[in-house]
Amino acid sequence: MQKPTDNRAWLLVLPVLVTVAFSAVIPLMTVVNYSVQDILGPHQRTFVGREWYQHVLRDPELHGAFVRQIGFSLSVLALELPLGIGIALALPRSGVSSSLCLVVLALPLLVPWNVVGTIWQIFCRGDIGIAGRAIHALGIDYNYTADATDAWLTVIVMDVWHWSPLIALLCYAGLRAIPEAYYQAASIDGASAWATFRFIELPKLRGVLTIGILLRFMDSFMIYTEPFVLTGGGPGNATTFLSQYLARLAVGQFDLGPAAAFSLIYFLIILLLSYVFYTAMNRQEQT
Amino acid sequence: MRAGRIALFSYLTLSLVPIYSLTAMAFKTNEEILGGFTLVPAHPTWANFATIFTDSDWSDGYLNSLSYVAINTVLSVMVALPGAYAFSRYHFMGDKHLFFWLLTNRMSPPAVFLLPFFQLYSSIGLFDTPWAVALSHMLFTVPLAVWILEGFISGVPREIDETAYLDGYGFVRFFFRIFFPLIRAGVGVTAFFCFMFSWVELLLARTLTSVNAKPIAATMTRTVSAAGMDWGVLAAAGVLTIVPGAVVIGFVRNYIAKGFALGRV
Repeated sequence: MQKPTDNRAWLLVLPVLVTVAFSAVIPLMTVVNYSVQDILGPHQRTFVGREWYQHVLRDPELHGAFVRQIGFSLSVLALELPLGIGIALALPRSGVSSSLCLVVLALPLLVPWNVVGTIWQIFCRGDIGIAGRAIHALGIDYNYTADATDAWLTVIVMDVWHWSPLIALLCYAGLRAIPEAYYQAASIDGASAWATFRFIELPKLRGVLTIGILLRFMDSFMIYTEPFVLTGGGPGNATTFLSQYLARLAVGQFDLGPAAAFSLIYFLIILLLSYVFYTAMNRQEQT
Repeated sequence: MRAGRIALFSYLTLSLVPIYSLTAMAFKTNEEILGGFTLVPAHPTWANFATIFTDSDWSDGYLNSLSYVAINTVLSVMVALPGAYAFSRYHFMGDKHLFFWLLTNRMSPPAVFLLPFFQLYSSIGLFDTPWAVALSHMLFTVPLAVWILEGFISGVPREIDETAYLDGYGFVRFFFRIFFPLIRAGVGVTAFFCFMFSWVELLLARTLTSVNAKPIAATMTRTVSAAGMDWGVLAAAGVLTIVPGAVVIGFVRNYIAKGFALGRV
């Protein structure tokens, strides 16, 4: 059924528009302002045009952070999606055990992000942490504060622990919404478990998976607090992602101009990539 | 199926280990924590929790966090409901662009907005109040709320609206008397996600507050580093920050277990 066209619907959208515009558009304009000015004092500012943009784009540190960021986001998506779907499929469908599993499953999601960092910081320490001790006991040399590979693995495992439950919860809710009749039809046709998954469950999960993928992509691309607490971006720059780079510019060195210019570039990158995802998935829906 | 259960059980057990290690630590003395590795506290003590409950800095932080999260959740759902209804039911000028624009706000890295937010809320006198944090968190909770609610609302057949209008219901009366009960599960799930993303965020919450509205998670980083790493108290505070989340999941688990398929991208 076609939706009726009614421009009065704008009135209903108005509250959303006003609140979001207040907390998005005004600050964004400030950022734009900073990005084209050199601010020396409260009343001393000069217009510098594109200078900050050129300055930031040529910074080799940014290039490094960008490559690491892409690598990180792709790795966690590649791990969390199959894991989350798998968990959702394995969860019991009803009864007390399903409630209990849901609560246990969702716990990592509700831990404040700096606490997540703290937990893993202690957890992986070679002297007092369970994981650190266990890995040492296996005879593997492991130290996430000194070795770049170990630091990477720790950050990725932490993120998978933290966020796979989100994908799992969304998929679980999506699976519960599939009518029983679909499964009955499949079993009458003698469909294998794989065929049931591929042709019934997966298509029905598209809506929730889209939200899950977009959320995970955006959030992993903006990750800041957890690696900041866990590794502080180190060793060296090994786990410095884009947000850390930005915070270092803005807070650490107080370079407002370059920081603002980079903020806008950062925002545009996420916008562009998300738009590609969004349209690709919209298009698939229409075909 | 059996293999699936075993795999699930081992995953859930493994995912609890980090949280367990934090909890165990909260019951240990600092000497025991640093003195060497123990799996179970040798001399369980409530001293770390006692430190937190007797120091008003900690309990205030806790209340501050809860108050801005509550304000944020209520406001987000309130403004998102009519918006989501409009997106679900009507075509209007620029609706697709508007929807994507909303999503883009979910994508803006908080780090980008730190300084402008600080200036904005200072200039309107909201700095260091729960309102500042709640409003700034709406930047990412409102778009998400609209997105999720739109999915739930689209699941309600439009004939229901039309029948109600034919029966002489006005929009407001229809919305609260008939429509709201139908999407209660959606409101529950939405509130859960708003709560979750607001509760776990720290960067904005810490930047927009200094003394009076300081969140619990910020109290953790400050007090502890000043006292020279009091691991036991840090762990106890960490455990306490997980409790409200666990309570909230307890409330919404039935809505999630009933299932929802979000339609639109």
